[in-house]
Amino acid sequence: MASDGIVLKTEGLTKYYGGVHALEDADFTLQEGEHVAIVGDNGAGKSTFVRQITGVEQPTAGKIFFDGKEVTFGSPIDARDVGIEAVFQNLALADDLDVPSNIFLGREETYFNLGPFSFLNEKKMYKRSMEALERTGVKIPNLRNNIANMSGGQRQCVAISRAASFASKLIIMDEPTAALGVQETTQVENIIRGLKKQGIPLILVSHNLRQVFNLVDKIWVFRRGKIAGMLEADKTDGNEVVSLITGVKTGVHENASYI
Amino acid sequence: MAERTVTNQAEPVAAVATVEGGKRQRSHELNALIGLVGIALIFEILGWIFQGQSFLFNTQRLSIIILQVAVVGIIAIGVTQVIITGGIDLSSGSIVGLTAMVAMSFAQVGTYPRAVYPNLTDLPVVIPVLIGLSVGLAAGFINGALIAYTRIPPFIATLGMMVTARGAAKWYTRGQPVSFPTDSFAAIGQGMTPVIIFLAIAALFHVALKYTVYGKHTYAIGSNESAARVSGISVERHLILVYSIAGVLAALAGIVIASRGLTAQAGMGVMYELQAIAMAVIGGVSLSGGRGSIVGTVIGAAIFGVIISGFTFLRLSAYYQEMIMGAIIVAAVVADVYRQRYRTSAR
Repeated sequence: MASDGIVLKTEGLTKYYGGVHALEDADFTLQEGEHVAIVGDNGAGKSTFVRQITGVEQPTAGKIFFDGKEVTFGSPIDARDVGIEAVFQNLALADDLDVPSNIFLGREETYFNLGPFSFLNEKKMYKRSMEALERTGVKIPNLRNNIANMSGGQRQCVAISRAASFASKLIIMDEPTAALGVQETTQVENIIRGLKKQGIPLILVSHNLRQVFNLVDKIWVFRRGKIAGMLEADKTDGNEVVSLITGVKTGVHENASYI
Repeated sequence: MAERTVTNQAEPVAAVATVEGGKRQRSHELNALIGLVGIALIFEILGWIFQGQSFLFNTQRLSIIILQVAVVGIIAIGVTQVIITGGIDLSSGSIVGLTAMVAMSFAQVGTYPRAVYPNLTDLPVVIPVLIGLSVGLAAGFINGALIAYTRIPPFIATLGMMVTARGAAKWYTRGQPVSFPTDSFAAIGQGMTPVIIFLAIAALFHVALKYTVYGKHTYAIGSNESAARVSGISVERHLILVYSIAGVLAALAGIVIASRGLTAQAGMGVMYELQAIAMAVIGGVSLSGGRGSIVGTVIGAAIFGVIISGFTFLRLSAYYQEMIMGAIIVAAVVADVYRQRYRTSAR
């Protein structure tokens, strides 16, 4: 299975929260080097899906295959260990720490191992953070500043650089530009294009169809906890996507709220 | 007259914390240090006006301030770390009482006929010390485990421990004080030894917080617990570690107090938890977590000591002193809240 170029595949992935069927029977595939978007209305199961494949939550049923092998993620660390990095909307950064500390949070560079009391190699983390930010084309004036003192765009760029610098196999972004201004959004989009050039596969959860059409190869539409369909970005248009999102086949205007 | 001077005292403390709202942020530590110098100078001036003598240039008074601060300061070092994780520890004062009793009961001399354990007297000093520290470790561990795994608020968990540990301290000897320690146990609290212990502990945890993974994770959890969790930090284990350290340090303070007083009573350490929290908050440790430092707490402890000693020096009644301490704690927290608000609005 590893030979057919599939990075991530889910079979019958299902998640119930009590009686709420947040995600049902999701069969999803992602090819090597591919950038795909996940779109859908609020409560369609997009974020639930992301939480299952990043190990934040454990699915009620179904299988996840990564790199040809079946995997079960008990925690985000398990997902990270196989090379999946995620950028979450607002829960990934520690405000009171500086940039290198955030980029290396949970995997700090140390001089020698003394368990929790290992001494930090701040120099190495600083240097590698600079490199990571440069690679993703992010400019941040002073890395020693606390994240709290930075703009939303800068914070998101740090989060993305962090994911990009560690992700060997897959990056997942849950609405990375939801809270950003126009310029900042452009910057994040450029980072995503850079990842495409590097051939790192990406799953982008987004509400912004313009962005989706600009950035990805395939669009997976979620509706009411199920996958409503998959469309090739260059063979479809906004109308078709919106029809799938809303469950209506025709008669949706370009100026619907998703566009 | 006394009341007037008193209200003047409380203000600089609040100011220390709020000055920080300036455009180019000065560090909390520097602000606290400026506050310390300011408050000391005010007492110096008031001293010459009302008492006709110097407040600061009096070695005896200075050494009393430093000693007072040192014992509660040891607790404050632990409490600081707990607060940085976004928690609180109300149990430290009771842990002081319990460990003082337990440690002292293993440190009694054989010549005393009514020892708690008549067969276990004249033990080497390490035994009572280790037993005492273990009691604190156990209490801190229970605090941490409750908070990490049952997700009850730290306030409730440690409040429970506060009452329980105090109860245990009274039950231990049915309320009787424990006295007559061996010379080597008594030596722990004599002279300036408590100060040396305080400074050594402060230095140790300053390094741990600033330069180790432990410190980074402590700040990260207080800053954004879910981010810490998603980043792969074992939040539960870390919280247990932090609360255990706080318990051990409270126990250490209990041992020092028992040794210094040559006796242990179940009521020892009452209100120490609040004094320790006040020292931390005055020193710039934020009750909402993520910010603060050991250096700040040490300065906060010094400010606390100067204020208490200053009031005594001005012959202010003990009743006023307690009321004012309460006001200072609230003022420090209010200042912290405003600091938070400034930060969030500035973003």
